[in-house]
Amino acid sequence: MSAVHVSTKINGDDVEFVCRPDESLLDVLRDRLGMTGSKEGCGTGDCGACSVELDGRLVCSCLVMGAEVGGHAIATIEGMAQGDKLHPLQQKFLEGAALQCGICTPGFLIAARSLLERNMDPTETEVRYWLAGNLCRCTGYDKIVRAVMDTAKDMRKAAAKSSAKKPAAKKAAAKKSPAKKTAKKGARHAA
Amino acid sequence: MPLDANTPDLRTEFKSVGTRPNRPDGVDKVTGRARFGADFSAPGQLVGLVLRSPHAHAKIKSIDTSAAEALPGVKAVITYKDIPEQAGCDKDVLVNIMARGTALYDGHAVAAVAATDAAVARKALKLIKVEYKVLKHVTDVDEAMKPGAPVIHPGRFEPVEFESLETASHVKGKEEKKTKTRAGSNIAGRYVFGHGDVDKGFKQADIIVEHEFKTEATHQGYIEPHACVASVSTDGMAELWVCTQGPFMVRDVCASLLGMDVSRLRVTPSEIGGGFGGKTTVFIEPVALALSRKAGKPVKVVMSRSEVFRCTGPTSSSSMWVRIGAKKDGTFVAADAVLKYQGGAFPGSPVEMGAMCAFACYDLRNVRIVGYDVVTNRPKQAAYRAPGAPMSAFAVEGVIGEIAEKLGMDAIDIRLKNAAKEGTVSSYGPTFGPVGLVETLEAAKAHKNYKVKLGKNQGRGVASGFWFNFAGNTCVSINLNVDGTLALALGTVDIGGSRASMCLIAAEELGISYDDVRAIIADTSSLGYNDISEGSRVTFSSGLATIKAVRDLKVRMCGRAAKIWGIPEDAVKWENGAAHPAGANAGGFDPLSIKEIAAQASATGGPLAGHYEVNAEGAGPSFATHVCDVEVDPETGAMKVLRYLVVQDAGKAIHPSYVEGQYQGGAVQGIGWVLNEEYFYGKDGTLQNAGFLDYRIPVCSDVPMIDTVIVEVPNPGHPYGVRGVGETSIVPPLACVANAVSSAIGVRARTLPMSPPKVLAALEGVNASKA
Amino acid sequence: MLKVRLGGTLVNKAGGRTEFEVEGANIMQMLRNLGRTCPELEPMLKKGVSVAVDGQIYRDAMLQPVGPDSEIILLPRMAGG
Repeated sequence: MSAVHVSTKINGDDVEFVCRPDESLLDVLRDRLGMTGSKEGCGTGDCGACSVELDGRLVCSCLVMGAEVGGHAIATIEGMAQGDKLHPLQQKFLEGAALQCGICTPGFLIAARSLLERNMDPTETEVRYWLAGNLCRCTGYDKIVRAVMDTAKDMRKAAAKSSAKKPAAKKAAAKKSPAKKTAKKGARHAA
Repeated sequence: MPLDANTPDLRTEFKSVGTRPNRPDGVDKVTGRARFGADFSAPGQLVGLVLRSPHAHAKIKSIDTSAAEALPGVKAVITYKDIPEQAGCDKDVLVNIMARGTALYDGHAVAAVAATDAAVARKALKLIKVEYKVLKHVTDVDEAMKPGAPVIHPGRFEPVEFESLETASHVKGKEEKKTKTRAGSNIAGRYVFGHGDVDKGFKQADIIVEHEFKTEATHQGYIEPHACVASVSTDGMAELWVCTQGPFMVRDVCASLLGMDVSRLRVTPSEIGGGFGGKTTVFIEPVALALSRKAGKPVKVVMSRSEVFRCTGPTSSSSMWVRIGAKKDGTFVAADAVLKYQGGAFPGSPVEMGAMCAFACYDLRNVRIVGYDVVTNRPKQAAYRAPGAPMSAFAVEGVIGEIAEKLGMDAIDIRLKNAAKEGTVSSYGPTFGPVGLVETLEAAKAHKNYKVKLGKNQGRGVASGFWFNFAGNTCVSINLNVDGTLALALGTVDIGGSRASMCLIAAEELGISYDDVRAIIADTSSLGYNDISEGSRVTFSSGLATIKAVRDLKVRMCGRAAKIWGIPEDAVKWENGAAHPAGANAGGFDPLSIKEIAAQASATGGPLAGHYEVNAEGAGPSFATHVCDVEVDPETGAMKVLRYLVVQDAGKAIHPSYVEGQYQGGAVQGIGWVLNEEYFYGKDGTLQNAGFLDYRIPVCSDVPMIDTVIVEVPNPGHPYGVRGVGETSIVPPLACVANAVSSAIGVRARTLPMSPPKVLAALEGVNASKA
Repeated sequence: MLKVRLGGTLVNKAGGRTEFEVEGANIMQMLRNLGRTCPELEPMLKKGVSVAVDGQIYRDAMLQPVGPDSEIILLPRMAGG
């Protein structure tokens, strides 16, 4: 089996790698690129610990082939924080103790961000069903769901604030609310 | 007043303890930077893979590794011959990590390879020729006890004589009437607990309920597969990076198995992606070390998900019988139980602990529990959160639920009537000190969840539970940095947020900010021996050791201040982050803050540190009461958990968010166990559902919010009153949910899991009898 | 004299007997004397037992003091998960 050369974009950066045709994107991220933030819990798409976004779509990277991502854009947990600013979800998970061992956390964060970008006002049921593809064995899901819903609430508040501001005051508001800034950057990132 | 580093008084006022700051390892975990078992790679490492038996029971007639060894890229191939038996090693562990002549379960390791990459390693495995002679196998606990069952370890276990194996009851008197049968020798042990006279006791009963129960094996289900990187040098020095609950245990067991001095092996624990007891032993670690030793290079071994299910340590399946007698007013007069647990291909199922926990919540004058430890052709069991207790509690709490129903008594009231308290002689022997069962029952009764009105096909269940909680060997060291902050080195792997708790404790003792303490988990060369993170022992033991280590440091800092001031050591006290002269006679010196003492440390004698090493004692049991509301769909048998409440005694919650987390996590594992999780074995004895698709643990949409109440009845054995909390929460859910389903539709589950088809079939039975 | 009660598999090994009286000032002495009094128990004691003294479980505390008023119960070696 001869190796394949792939050029792609990961977290906004141009990346090139070589892989065998039978390697998954997860294998490539972890073993070729040293990006171990995405985890392998099962290798068969059942646990979601390897969740990434592929062209803005939430996928299990263990079910995507490394060879097929050429020319596409991938978003992993490593790109979720912007510089020294955590994404509101990351911050809320920390404050809300929504992680215990932390192995499922990258997958949950990627999946939750994907939900909030599509629906900033999910019900508890919508959150639970969206996240049903991510397994957690430590938390019983309670604090995870609360963290996602609390973040959604904050994001809605921030969005309402910014749309209510008059044009002149908008510049000042943008400087005052870093959470809003981060959320916007997140959205751009996934596209 | 002289500072006494061994102050025994129970502390009740706190500034830091009891708050909810962010955990120190949190940012790394939410950014993907934290390194778990499979996240580390060594330069030049090889990939290790294990060849496993496809048969449940087979003689290994020959293993030909020549073709595999000849494959380019293969650097080492090993069999049991490469791990010769060392004097004093644990023979069962040795055989479990690699078969020696007989494959004892589907997935039993037979050989292993190390190669330059995974593709070559996979090819090499295929080239190893193993000649098997398939033997008859047995995987069911009752079948394994029958005469004529295939014997797993011929000649090892004396046949146990006892009466009928068809029923599970062993009541005194019946033995003489029945003919004694010589049971097959898969019975590794028979254990008896209890006190009083159960026959006399049952004669006083107005109502007696007895049933047989069966539960299937479940897996701890941690999301992170076992992984390690082993590196053995030609001079015999070795390093091991591994996800484990016990790096010191891994070091000592591997050294013992490989014939190494303990000092030659340095084990570094990674962050761990879940354990729950499943990572309290070794599986691939000795194999990785043996491969590295032979290849002369680092070897990384990572288990696949299917290997985790097939070949690590699920918990026991069980077959049980429980009989309880009570008076009309609900007082229990006698309790009797027989528990049969299979622990896989080696002795050591947790049946003794299951027997001891079964009736532990109740004050019983007459109680007897007989336990059998049975071997089968299944993987060697490992601990799973309160090992042995969930199964026996399922049976006992179910019978209690039925008695309450028949007597028309409230489920909590009947438990209050019989609840164990301080001074109760426990069903397993010792007399209880202060315990919080009554407090959890009362808090559950007063909770709003208990008052919610239920609708059609909805029911409410209650169950209580217990776990001993353990202490053990613990070493902690704390170093004062030049800027007055602190480096706290712990030896207990953090499986539940303990680093945050230890920092809170250190901050409390010193009277400084939580942010000024940084905790790490040290490797085995940097600290004294620490027992495994198990038995709900970490917050208790490492917490206690941290308190003592900090008090040791305080004594030294006060001594340093005394020298600086030129006054006697016992004239200095520590308060609010500084050394103060103790009383007016000591002198009018301004306090020396921890920062000031740190800055002068080098000039006044050298670096300052505290440490403490102990085999801790004084752990206190944690009792819990759970309340669950379910709704059953009578057409499909599907069950939905509407509401779930955990009320548990923590003694003292150091970081309440992580205590709640333990309550919630254990409850949901229990919900999975009762509703859905089970090991399916085929007719050929191989595991049929070795993956997360078909071994379905609860997902987010399966459960509601898990409500929690932390009760605090201080444990007098700990300076802050801490009890362990990690395990008890998995004990009540099985019966709690089963009792709720019974209350909803009149169907009582006696075999687990109670999946929809079983519920439907039972419902049809109920309706047929009514018709 | 110490009053020692047996639980679990130890009862089998002691031929059904559950109570013993032995001398000893700590757990190590108590176990040694128990083994001398009832040699059938020796192998199990060597393998390891937990000892509950006045309700407190000790998994490995040979020097723990015990006295004639102590409630002493021998239990199997235990571990959690």
